[in-house]
Amino acid sequence: MKKSSITLLIVGLFLLGFPLAVHSNYYQHLLIITFIWVIIGSSWNLLAGYTGQVSFGHAIFFGVGAYTAGILVTKLGMSAWWGMLFGGFIAMAVALFVGWVCFRLRGPYFALATLAGGEIFRLIATNWEELTDGMVGILIIPTFRSKLPYYYLSLGLAAACIYAIHRIMKSKWGYYFVSIREDQDAAESLGINTTLYKNISLLVSAFFTGLAGAFYMNYMGFIDPEVVFSLHYISIMAILVGIVGGVATIMGPAVGALVMVGLQETFRSSFFGLAPAWVSQGHALVFGLLVIFVIMFLANGIVGDWEKIKRYVLRRKAFRI
Amino acid sequence: MALFEVKNLTKKFGGLVAVNDISFQIHEGEILGLIGPNGSGKTTTFNCINNFFPITSGDIIFKGQSIKGMKTHKICQLGIGRTFQVVKPLARLSVLDNVTAAAFCRVNSIVEARDVAHEVMEFCNLLAVKDRPAKSLPIGGRKRLEIARALATKPELLLLDETAAGLTPTEVDEAIELIKKIRENGVSILIIEHIMKVIMTMSDRIHAINFGQTIATGTPEEVANNPAVIEAYLGEDYAKG
Repeated sequence: MKKSSITLLIVGLFLLGFPLAVHSNYYQHLLIITFIWVIIGSSWNLLAGYTGQVSFGHAIFFGVGAYTAGILVTKLGMSAWWGMLFGGFIAMAVALFVGWVCFRLRGPYFALATLAGGEIFRLIATNWEELTDGMVGILIIPTFRSKLPYYYLSLGLAAACIYAIHRIMKSKWGYYFVSIREDQDAAESLGINTTLYKNISLLVSAFFTGLAGAFYMNYMGFIDPEVVFSLHYISIMAILVGIVGGVATIMGPAVGALVMVGLQETFRSSFFGLAPAWVSQGHALVFGLLVIFVIMFLANGIVGDWEKIKRYVLRRKAFRI
Repeated sequence: MALFEVKNLTKKFGGLVAVNDISFQIHEGEILGLIGPNGSGKTTTFNCINNFFPITSGDIIFKGQSIKGMKTHKICQLGIGRTFQVVKPLARLSVLDNVTAAAFCRVNSIVEARDVAHEVMEFCNLLAVKDRPAKSLPIGGRKRLEIARALATKPELLLLDETAAGLTPTEVDEAIELIKKIRENGVSILIIEHIMKVIMTMSDRIHAINFGQTIATGTPEEVANNPAVIEAYLGEDYAKG
């Protein structure tokens, strides 16, 4: 067996066994949040990392997925679990519209359009009170009191998402996505319908992000526009997860999610209560410093520059001897 | 019937007429050379053929069908491949992946696409560098990669834009051999070239343009002795003699 498959097997077994060994709700919760970020980060990476269409508006699809699940409960009296079915598809429908508008633009202009799109959706969710209850948000009663069902469901979703993207990148779609990223004009001249394939990438990305949103509604039991349509906490965080972990690598967003959620939580809890309370305000600053560090020294992220990190660590050891 | 025909092609950029009423035909298995001084509208003609630029007037016909206004990728799928004068490799991808991406134009599975890619890379003498990122190739390799990619889309007509420019004399000879081999495989070729050795030995017919207008057309000898062509290239003093 290859070294990478062994690593994957060990990580898989560890994650499957973790909640059985560690009964703490707190650590289970952190991992569930991490899994959600694995899904969002991987989806963002498919569109931005592989297809080269950098989105600053992934909160659109997360929010739409979450609100689909929430509105099914408040307006239609259905279970929020139906959101897991519809959330992804409604997010795709929205993505079709977003793509229709934003793909007229290339490069930074596309990024800016998605940024504006995210804000538009946040404002719609805030002001369309008949549908969304506005700033009051949506509160539902979670199905399970135990974290275990949520843990395994989100773990399964994250694994499925990574696997799906892995398969896509080994197919014609994958080759077309990276060709578009490298040179859109060359891609067109090679018979690639760039408009179509950019939209396919966006739709797949939106589907998984919407699914993550619907899961979030089910799990957290509460959403409001400032949470699920947030520029900072969703759209920008998705980018950070991708960049820190490694853009255009399969496992990059997973590693990035672990690092970012870990870091966020460390600060939010003021180093687990060891540091003075004001430290919790510092996470945005640290995120900023981290991004600067990664861009300067690990331009391909932790996974993309893993060999470089290994070399550096080994060299340091050699010096000590 | 001609395989490919350009009819009264005109392209204006605002007030500038880049291509003015040009017409030519390419027959099956033929190599047509398109020559002209810098800025005479050769590359613009290419960009009009595969619809990077919408044409102002005229028509372009391929296999009896008008391709005017058709999307660039559709034109490629119909069987017109092209290379770029300023090469456009998919820089961070390996040579193999570059060619494989193009091969997906005709096949759907990755196994088939890789097979086509290997075939084409062998044909273009790229197998030795197949795992290198495209950006690491020297210009000769990049030019061959352009051709390999275009061939992987299985074109019936290939547009070559200054394939030999910037190459060493040995590489130019190799390029000539490669183009000959492509023609032997039944692909018709429209070639833009400044290197006279290439254009004069390769072309069945030559179409010369200047300031966007046709100034001569005929066999290589006819065009080389045409006063208008000599004037365009060397100035009117030479044309008189």
